[in-house]
Amino acid sequence: MAHEETAGLSAPTPLDLLKEKVGLGPDKVYAVMGDFAEPEQLVEAGRKVRSLGYTKLDAMSPFPVHGIDEALGIPRSKIGWIVIFAAVLGILTAQVLIYYVGVINYPLVIGGKPLFDFTFTIPPTFELTVLFSSICTFLFTWVLSGLPRLYHPSLNYKKALAASDDRFILVIESDDPKFDPQQTAADLAGVGAENVEVVEG
Amino acid sequence: MSSIVQQDPQLLEQNPPLVKGGVDYHDLSEKICSVVEPEVGQTPMKYWIVLAITASITLLLGAMLTYLVATGIGVWGNNKPVGWAWDITNFVFWIGIGHAGTLISAILFLFRQKWRTSINRSAEAMTLFAVMCAGIFPLFHTGRPWRAFYWLFPIPNTDINMWQNFRSPLIWDVFAVSTYFTVSLLFWFTGLVPDLATLRDRATTTIRQWVYGLLSLGWRGSARHWRHYEAAYLILAGISTPLVLSVHSVVSFDFATSVIPGWHTTIFPPYFVAGAIFSGFACVMTLLLIARWSLNLQDLITIKHLENMNKIILVTGSIVGYAYACEFFIAWYSGNIYERFTFLNRAFGPYWWAAWSMYTCNVFIPQLYWIKKMRTNLWVMFIISITTNIGMWFERFVIIATSLTRDFLPTSWGYFHPTWVDMCTFLGTIGLFLTLFLLFARFLPMIAISEVKHVRSYEKHAFKPGPLGAPAGKVH
Repeated sequence: MAHEETAGLSAPTPLDLLKEKVGLGPDKVYAVMGDFAEPEQLVEAGRKVRSLGYTKLDAMSPFPVHGIDEALGIPRSKIGWIVIFAAVLGILTAQVLIYYVGVINYPLVIGGKPLFDFTFTIPPTFELTVLFSSICTFLFTWVLSGLPRLYHPSLNYKKALAASDDRFILVIESDDPKFDPQQTAADLAGVGAENVEVVEG
Repeated sequence: MSSIVQQDPQLLEQNPPLVKGGVDYHDLSEKICSVVEPEVGQTPMKYWIVLAITASITLLLGAMLTYLVATGIGVWGNNKPVGWAWDITNFVFWIGIGHAGTLISAILFLFRQKWRTSINRSAEAMTLFAVMCAGIFPLFHTGRPWRAFYWLFPIPNTDINMWQNFRSPLIWDVFAVSTYFTVSLLFWFTGLVPDLATLRDRATTTIRQWVYGLLSLGWRGSARHWRHYEAAYLILAGISTPLVLSVHSVVSFDFATSVIPGWHTTIFPPYFVAGAIFSGFACVMTLLLIARWSLNLQDLITIKHLENMNKIILVTGSIVGYAYACEFFIAWYSGNIYERFTFLNRAFGPYWWAAWSMYTCNVFIPQLYWIKKMRTNLWVMFIISITTNIGMWFERFVIIATSLTRDFLPTSWGYFHPTWVDMCTFLGTIGLFLTLFLLFARFLPMIAISEVKHVRSYEKHAFKPGPLGAPAGKVH
């Protein structure tokens, strides 16, 4: 076992530490997983499993299944709150840029028009607000999801690849306080999951 | 609502399913991926022939642009009095075409129009390619595109040692178009990620596993991914909606803030936006009809999708017609002699042929879509989709050329003649557009797999015969 081997050495290598951190290795159990044919079955099973007292739940599906967040107790995404800051930053950037360029660094009188006025800053300000918000939305969609990543223990499940095709997978993770491989697998089969499997990390 | 639909055959006739019956989730993956998955060597010969033709036209574009840079922008027909001619016409034409993609992906998403799912991916791709084609014209009109970076964007530099004038709508245009391209690209890629994961999971060769694997960013369809993804998609749709309306409004400011008769009007922003959506939908229609026929996508792109698009073409075409009428009315009502002359000159002057092509293609021909038989006939919609884009190109040309050839002083009147370089450059951008679209259709999923599956899951209940098992989804 990886643990015992590293325990004999003076210090674990960085690779061992990394493996430990991301929960990799033959001695690790990632979760118990099982799958369903229809999204409604997944939501129903998720609700039942949660009522059994499990809290560390996840699901994998080919499209967003509505109601799964409530069934598994997954909170709403906070991404909107992050994007508001990017939007405000966009507004400020445009205003400061146009003021600095037109009034401070390169004042140029054209037809007696004012060097700075709120009205003519509206189009660039709007565009920069949209630009900053969309870039922020894009980046944080992946950052908050823990992506990009090259590996995930759920891939060890035999039906993992079907989650992008036609199967709806329910996951009970091993860091759940109530987790016990045999009992959890039995519980998952009990709510109607097929292909129930204890998946190694 | 769903139970009414399944019981009443007449309502089912009016609201046919968006994904034809009997198709399962796996069948959808198979159907859409089967276009992308064969080995490159197994691609049908007709694809290579078409690609060879469009790629050759793209080479023509490269040759024309090289010639322009090497010689100077005098090789284009722009001259006194028409300083803005085909280049700006083509720029507005291509930007306009792009608008349908964002309308379908953002505005129809916010209105919960489920029929958009079969067409949004290809329409978004079309947006990106159209904006690329549009960008070529102003960039090369500078004559020195490699230095234009400093002229167009506010970047501190020692090249010109000066800043842009933010009071000018031309710099607003730079901001609008570059933002539009960036946001469209991010929106498109975000939508692609779950489908790239599907392709990754189905991949059989190492190169496909690597390419689709890296592009899909490790997406595994977790509920914790989907919640951020759905929130992000809603935000992107929400900010793209005012963006798409702003882009063509800003383009129209290039004209509307000038004092040229025929340009200096407040109707321009909404009129340009309606025209853009009109031409964009027509272009999506042309491409989809070809794709639907050549890739056998009749189950996914149904007559209902096409009919809905034709209704939008009818509405926006009529708005454009109303705007034409309004311009004439204001020209008369304003009492401004230059404005009056411009519009009489537009319809009956030396460019009468261009103006009447535009009225015929944009206003009269789309009225056929009031008749359901016409809206649902594939040949009719194919022909109208092409005449619409011819008409919309002429609209931009008419606005630009007629106002500039005859303005305030009769001594400075003239007539615009395009050169062969003008014509070949425009033809070249059509080649570039089609080449990019063909490559997209071959290597990326043309239809949003996860979104169509979502619609299918709704419809499974709405159209299932017999009593409903689970709570039914809405039909629309």
